[in-house]
Amino acid sequence: MMKRFAQRITLRSCAWILLPALAVLPGCKRNAAPAPELKATAAGTAIVESSGGHQVGATGTVLHDPLVVQVNDDQGTAVPGALVEFHGPEGVSFDPAAMLTDSSGQATTSVTLGSIAGRYQLNTVTPGKSRPVNLEIIETALGYQQRLGSILADKYCNRCHDPESSPERVSNYDNLEVKPHPFTDGNTLNKMSDADLTSIIQHGGPALSRSALMPAYGNTLSVADVRALIAYTRAVADPPYQPAGMVYARK
Amino acid sequence: MRKYLSSAWQALFGDPVRAFGVVSVALLLALAIAPAKEHFSQWHGYQRQYLRLIRDRGDAVSLRRRFQPGVHQIWLPELSVVDRCTTCHLGLNETGLADVNQQPFRKHPAIPHSLDGFGCVICHGGQGAATTVAEAHHSERAGEEPILPARYIESGCGQCHQNALPGTPQLNLGRKILTRYGCVHCHAITLPDGTKVVATDHPPSLAHIADKTTRKWIYTWLKDPQAYAASTTMPNYKLSDADASDISAYLVSTSTQQAGDTATAGAKPAAQTDPAAGPSLYGESFCSSCHAVQNAAGNLVGGAVGPELTRIGNKVKPEWLAAWLQNPRIYDATTPMPHYRFTPQQITILAGFLQGKSDSDYGANVHLDAANANQIAHGRKRIVELGCAACHEINGVQKPENFAPELSTIGSKPLAQIVFLPGMEHTLSSYIVAKIRQPRAFGSSVKMPQFTLSNSQTDALATALLALTSRSRTMPDNLRVAAIQESNYQPAGHAGKLITELACFSCHRINGRGGDMAPDLTWEGSAVQRQWLTDFLHNPNTLRPSLIRRMPRFNLSESDNKVLTDYILTVYQSPAIDPELALTNSPQMVEHGRQLFYSKFACQSCHIVDTKTDKGYIGPTLTQVGSRLTPAWIYAWLRNPQELRPGTTEPNQNLSDDDARALTAFLMTLKNQGGRGVKQ
Repeated sequence: MMKRFAQRITLRSCAWILLPALAVLPGCKRNAAPAPELKATAAGTAIVESSGGHQVGATGTVLHDPLVVQVNDDQGTAVPGALVEFHGPEGVSFDPAAMLTDSSGQATTSVTLGSIAGRYQLNTVTPGKSRPVNLEIIETALGYQQRLGSILADKYCNRCHDPESSPERVSNYDNLEVKPHPFTDGNTLNKMSDADLTSIIQHGGPALSRSALMPAYGNTLSVADVRALIAYTRAVADPPYQPAGMVYARK
Repeated sequence: MRKYLSSAWQALFGDPVRAFGVVSVALLLALAIAPAKEHFSQWHGYQRQYLRLIRDRGDAVSLRRRFQPGVHQIWLPELSVVDRCTTCHLGLNETGLADVNQQPFRKHPAIPHSLDGFGCVICHGGQGAATTVAEAHHSERAGEEPILPARYIESGCGQCHQNALPGTPQLNLGRKILTRYGCVHCHAITLPDGTKVVATDHPPSLAHIADKTTRKWIYTWLKDPQAYAASTTMPNYKLSDADASDISAYLVSTSTQQAGDTATAGAKPAAQTDPAAGPSLYGESFCSSCHAVQNAAGNLVGGAVGPELTRIGNKVKPEWLAAWLQNPRIYDATTPMPHYRFTPQQITILAGFLQGKSDSDYGANVHLDAANANQIAHGRKRIVELGCAACHEINGVQKPENFAPELSTIGSKPLAQIVFLPGMEHTLSSYIVAKIRQPRAFGSSVKMPQFTLSNSQTDALATALLALTSRSRTMPDNLRVAAIQESNYQPAGHAGKLITELACFSCHRINGRGGDMAPDLTWEGSAVQRQWLTDFLHNPNTLRPSLIRRMPRFNLSESDNKVLTDYILTVYQSPAIDPELALTNSPQMVEHGRQLFYSKFACQSCHIVDTKTDKGYIGPTLTQVGSRLTPAWIYAWLRNPQELRPGTTEPNQNLSDDDARALTAFLMTLKNQGGRGVKQ
């Protein structure tokens, strides 16, 4: 009798209790609103970036400009109604994370960067006609130090170092006889050590036998400011900066 | 059943030796519970994982030497910090782990404070004393809150730093929005040091509104302020048609006439004026330094000190506009707008040009019937209910006190006191953001209106609010950094009256009061020469050709100009500058200065001395600096620019006395336009 009772409990009741529990469990998680089903009405064969790549933002914040990608067909004409999904590393979120391209074949999403400073490789995927096509997009998140560096760079450096002009801030780059290196110029700046960059910022161009057009900022910027500037140039360098790392004697 | 039990009892305790053995085993097991619990605890698992992580690294020996097993704790009684986060976050201070991206072992990014001196929870929130991830990071129990999302991390800085730090743009922006959007008109905020947050916006008085505009415009504006001017800070109250109509009726019916704020057409409408005269006068007067206008592409062009003028012609009555341009201080004594001293002819041109900035579709379908007494009374009732008088001066309605909840400790509002909307994340930050974005979603009786803020502005505002914690009130005094208070400096006499009339403080800062659009004038009297200042006030020619915002021309009379020049040269003198400084200007010295200018310090990268060869225009053009600045100022400036104007971008080159004297001698020879230092 006992045995039978046990059997009944284990098999039937457990099944009846477990099933609804399993069904309820995923619903318990907050914010897990299921994405509405997106029905693609068309498919493209290529995905290209329209705007919003290579942005620089603070960690954990929404990027200033939305990310816009366009789905094209073989002829390079835009495809409306194609499904586009956005994927990113942990911590990155998209709003929305999947959508159909609009009438001009474009999909627009706002990107929230993760809480860790560094480069984020995002992936946009469209199912395509035969196989999925994807496009990789790089965005950069700045931590406290790098962002302080970017603010200082805007105030003290970019008027000369950034060739881009805007009506609000006209670039002085073209007026200089010896052209300064933009902070994104990884090919040059990556080869310079932190000590080199520190001395050129603090003591001016002649410290490294370079142009005197670069003035000395050692009495204007604090050591922490200079470190922040270097951290910023390292973060936005293109190609990316690879630190030499520490070298330890092995046994 | 009984049989089973009795046979089991017999099997375990039937014989005394066996019973002893069984009890011993049970005791051993009971004793093992505590160490086993620790061994299988979450943090112990992380510590084992950490040891595995560092095992194969080059610096394993030193890392292991610094590793201490067990629960770690940062205990700072004066900050009421008990943080055990470092039990699992083992690599926070390890420079060698900079390349590790695996949590919880990442190195903490560089910040200006030591982790051991402040702990973690002060900035990150969460439960410092907890030793499981769930409790430390995600606890929602009464009196506890989950850790703060990374996007609001700057709120941590704002608990002690009331000043604007260079590294916290989001917090600074949030605080600016808090005052600029007038949040503090309704919500009182007292900072930990006892000062009150003061609004910086300038909500216009509505006491004489009928002189300025029509009831139809007020109605259309109230229905949707952003439809009139996208950049306005006036929120949308989502009023019903009847409410908007009754409120506009009340405002117009109680408006009193202000003597002199409507001009009887001074000059005849000039039929023969050049159509380009309006835009060119608008440009010459640098109206766009303060006022924005939407261009064809839909972008706002211009400053944000004054209201947007895209559809100004829809709003103002022509006679009011003419009177306003003639002297804005008659209608509004505290306006940031300068009294330009336009000629009647100029006023006609400018008023005509501004009247043309209108949109024929704006408010085209609005037809308001004359309001009866009941409707006007209803309008007043709605004005009182909505708290309009908290910002605007309105005849017959008192400014309400404590109209909305005080926000002095909003950053520590207990989650238990918050009614969350369904589907909302149960965190304070998401509540604040939702409340700013859509206040009325929390109930139709909520009075808070709909502000037009972008997502990043909302996040910034939330950051500033989250900084207002109760912890910030119990911080030790030596950690508090006070905000730079705006002084209430008011220059005296006739010159003081002129400085007020010309609204110099709207752009210039003097003795700690005023805007930051134009140079600080605190020591201007030491800096400039009399003739130059007189000429400049007559006709300001720009020193920085690349700037859009420039000093406008005020058409000052000869005597006013002299009063102002005298006042600046006498009063705004720096004690650090010795006007009697003896400088030699021998030809050798000048030549030496020129060499220093062009070779050693390469000043031509930012300044122009010779318009033919030099191209740098970051700093002011120096072609006439010898007739503009005093030698004593140039010398002192070269020695240490930041001492004279803190925050100026000119680098302090640590010039020797000789170099500074030689450069001063060279710069003082630059008196002719385009000449490269005349040799003497």
